[in-house]
Amino acid sequence: MDEPDTEPPLVVVPGADSSSRQLCFAWGPAEVLVCETLFGRAGGSRSRSDGAGAAARALRDSVAGTEDRAPSSSRVFVVRRDQDIYIQTLRKLFNESHGIFMGLQRSEEELAGKSRKAQLVQVSKNYRSVIRACMEDMHQAAVSTRDPALQGQYSTQVSILSAMELIWNLCEILFVEAATAGPLLLRLLDWVRLHVCDVDSMVREVLSSESPSKHKLFWNVVDIFVLQGRMDEARHLLSKEASANPTSMNMYKILDDLMKKMPVPSLSNTQTLTELELKWQHWHEECQRYLQDGTFASNPHMESICKILLGDEDAILEKKELMTTWYHFLVTRLLYSHPTVKPMELRFYAQSSMDLFLGGESSPEPLDMILMAAFEFEMHQVIKECSIVLSNWWFVAHLTDLLDHCKLLQSHNLYFGSNMREFLLLEYASGLFSHHSLWQLGVDYFDHCPEYGRVYLELHIERIPLSTEQKALKVLRICEQRQMHEQVRSICKIMAMKALRNNRLGSALSWSIRAKDAAFATLISDRFLKDYCERGCFSDLDLIDNLGPSMLLSDRLTFLGKYREFHRLYGEKRFPEAARLLLTLMTAHIAPCSFWMTLLTDALPLLEQKEVIFSAEQTYELMRCLEDLTAGNPDKQKFQDDDVETTKVEMLRLALARNLARVIVKEGTVEGS
Amino acid sequence: QDNRISIWSAGDLGNAGLNGEYHGEPHLLCDIQHNGDVMDMQFLDQERIVVASSTGTVTIFRHHQNNQTLSANHRWEKAHYHVDQDTSCGGAACTGVVCNNPEIVTVGEDGRINLFRADQKDAVRTIDNADSSTLHAVTFLRTTEILTVNSIGQLKIWDLRQQRNEPSQIFSLAGDRVPLHCVDRHPNQQHIVATGGQDGMLSIWDIRQGTMPVSLLNAHEAEMWEVHFHPSDPDHLFTCSEDGSLWHWDTSTNVSEKPSFLHQGGRSTAYLSHSTINQSVISAWLSNDPTKDRMEITNLIPNQTLSVNSLDVLGPCLVYGTDAEAIYVNRQLFA
Repeated sequence: MDEPDTEPPLVVVPGADSSSRQLCFAWGPAEVLVCETLFGRAGGSRSRSDGAGAAARALRDSVAGTEDRAPSSSRVFVVRRDQDIYIQTLRKLFNESHGIFMGLQRSEEELAGKSRKAQLVQVSKNYRSVIRACMEDMHQAAVSTRDPALQGQYSTQVSILSAMELIWNLCEILFVEAATAGPLLLRLLDWVRLHVCDVDSMVREVLSSESPSKHKLFWNVVDIFVLQGRMDEARHLLSKEASANPTSMNMYKILDDLMKKMPVPSLSNTQTLTELELKWQHWHEECQRYLQDGTFASNPHMESICKILLGDEDAILEKKELMTTWYHFLVTRLLYSHPTVKPMELRFYAQSSMDLFLGGESSPEPLDMILMAAFEFEMHQVIKECSIVLSNWWFVAHLTDLLDHCKLLQSHNLYFGSNMREFLLLEYASGLFSHHSLWQLGVDYFDHCPEYGRVYLELHIERIPLSTEQKALKVLRICEQRQMHEQVRSICKIMAMKALRNNRLGSALSWSIRAKDAAFATLISDRFLKDYCERGCFSDLDLIDNLGPSMLLSDRLTFLGKYREFHRLYGEKRFPEAARLLLTLMTAHIAPCSFWMTLLTDALPLLEQKEVIFSAEQTYELMRCLEDLTAGNPDKQKFQDDDVETTKVEMLRLALARNLARVIVKEGTVEGS
Repeated sequence: QDNRISIWSAGDLGNAGLNGEYHGEPHLLCDIQHNGDVMDMQFLDQERIVVASSTGTVTIFRHHQNNQTLSANHRWEKAHYHVDQDTSCGGAACTGVVCNNPEIVTVGEDGRINLFRADQKDAVRTIDNADSSTLHAVTFLRTTEILTVNSIGQLKIWDLRQQRNEPSQIFSLAGDRVPLHCVDRHPNQQHIVATGGQDGMLSIWDIRQGTMPVSLLNAHEAEMWEVHFHPSDPDHLFTCSEDGSLWHWDTSTNVSEKPSFLHQGGRSTAYLSHSTINQSVISAWLSNDPTKDRMEITNLIPNQTLSVNSLDVLGPCLVYGTDAEAIYVNRQLFA
């Protein structure tokens, strides 16, 4: 699979005028951006919007008309690959199959042999029942809608789904269950009865009529029963004919007897294949005798039935319209000529059946080729053909995963690194990610792609639009569970910035706590402090007052919390504690240097109180801080410009000196100590 | 995006089979398009439903039972919004709505609390910037008081009779300020409140005393989206979470009479201890003494995959919805 076998189809982007302008494009994670450039056509080849590469499968593209009318009136188009995920009724398929997929991945591998196989067959059946349920819903939708375009779309979907179920069922019989000679035929018969040609309506019509045996479709129904090996039902109908037509009673009895005695493979091991073959040979000879004796000569219908029983190909081919498909013909042929067919022999019969049936009039359709590949046991061919024909990766991804669990696919390494199962799952999941809600399913699929799943997930998860906080929380949880720390940080930063822009400081803080982002917490605290300096009071007190241990996330945040505490203590008139706190803020270097002036100014009222609050030690500390502050600014220019600043400094010096004087006296007296 | 409000009929109660399974799947009665994600909704009365949208709009829908249709009755656009310098349409998601006919209270990501009256065009009262962080949920404490929880782990009581825009009380968790996502009040004993947090922890508060929770119960492994006391049988509590599980907390004291094999779930049961027969009026939820109380916890979901976003419980029925786009109805809750 090194080169694409088919030419990638030309995709015309409606509205993009590629005849007069050159188009440029850029790949996105799930879509292609196509843009008209300013360059006219230089006579070169048209740039195609789908790129090249080994991944060129048939793409059904849909265009979301995102038009950006720039002044030069060039437009940007978003070309998306997978439009199926937007079909409402298929969502059930995606969701339910996700559940089955997860169940399969988690199922215990300890079960070996028969029980494991039974488990896998059950999984396959579950998938099929989901497809059927979806078909039902789609059918209901098609019936109930009034819009003919929608109706057409739904009907097409129904036929696609039914084809998928047909293929899956055959794969289940041949690959998952790996039916052996004997049961194989029974399974194939079930398959044909279930999927090919709708007998029930005909049967109802015939049975509900006055005299069924006179109905024009009567013999059709009998024939189809015989062709499908439904002997009991055929005999039941024939008895009606016999009772209506006593002259043929003799013929009927013989035919009935033959049909009753026909040996069929059984599911239980009551007889070996050799026994069956012997019995069958006997029975075949008996039929042959009756035919050659001319027992049925007077009734052409019964004669043809007898010929069918003998496996006469021409006789069976005469009923072509009833069987409608070559695979029905194949199974009927096998039933009446080789009931003990082995799986590996199927390919020969399949090829010849198709040739005989189609007879050169019509060529095989894609579905026929897929089924043929299945009969030939070419699993890879089946998957390849399906990938080309179907517009969505759902089918091949899940089928390949199931076959991989059956240990049937050799690790067929594709040249770009991963094996086929992983490749298909990655493609499918990537398609899911472009959907606003189904991306959650995609996460689990990526988890089960051992080689590239994580990388893909990392790339995709950052591009999910986070429209509400709840969605952001879900994405975060996914990232945290998988230790994707980069993505956690980046998402939290995005949300925190958004919150900050909307002035929701509390939200911003809670996002930075989640990411343990100290830098951002510092940013937020600076914002608070700035607000305080401008307004003179704190906003969002409920937040600052209740920071709790998260205060320790960043130094600035701690400072903010403590500073607010200082204000509170001051408000409660607990001055000594307030003073101590203030001093700690400065000496422990929690406060940023830019804020020292403010802190010292806050100390002023404490210094001016009637009672002495600061001790001598503390006053010395304060003076030292003040000197540190002013010494750091040798630029006299600054002070000359700023009268307020100089006044403040002088007032502080004065207050400190006065306080020092008072406290020395106080501490020196007998009462004060 | 195509979001819809739908009304489903969950089948007749009389159809329950021998082993309690109900026959007949829920079928869709009617639906109507909805703009934005549905963040929260509640029945206002028999016919009207209030829905909170991620666009910041609050809508009342009326369900016409005679012809089974839904129509939008009243809409408050921009009930919640950000003041964003860059964009003009700074809609903020409305995260929670609670009704007490005819009053409707909504809260949102903009930290705003709105009080509406059904059929009145404008909000009766709006508390701007009630909270500096996102308000995640709201519920009525009394007819004039509401409880809100926010994303810095605070539970606040607001008295709507007072005109000041401050909460009358603030409770918070000790330790890390883990965001709280849901809140519910005990139906009979109004001082008991349960909240669920982002770390999946269930906290029980007694708002008469203290500012910290009475008990913290380690529950889920991820965000707890909703917590509900059973309205008629408040010894039972239900929580659902992002980790895909739905837990049933049972503190009814006659638990010892139930045979122990009646568990349904995978996470199974955690017994705290024995129960004494003479349980006083003090609710089992508040009991500080673990030796006096026995709580049975069961996970009601056998194979959990994706998040359970929402649940509701009434009588013997439990309904919950998951991220796998499925709704489950359990009509034999106490069988």
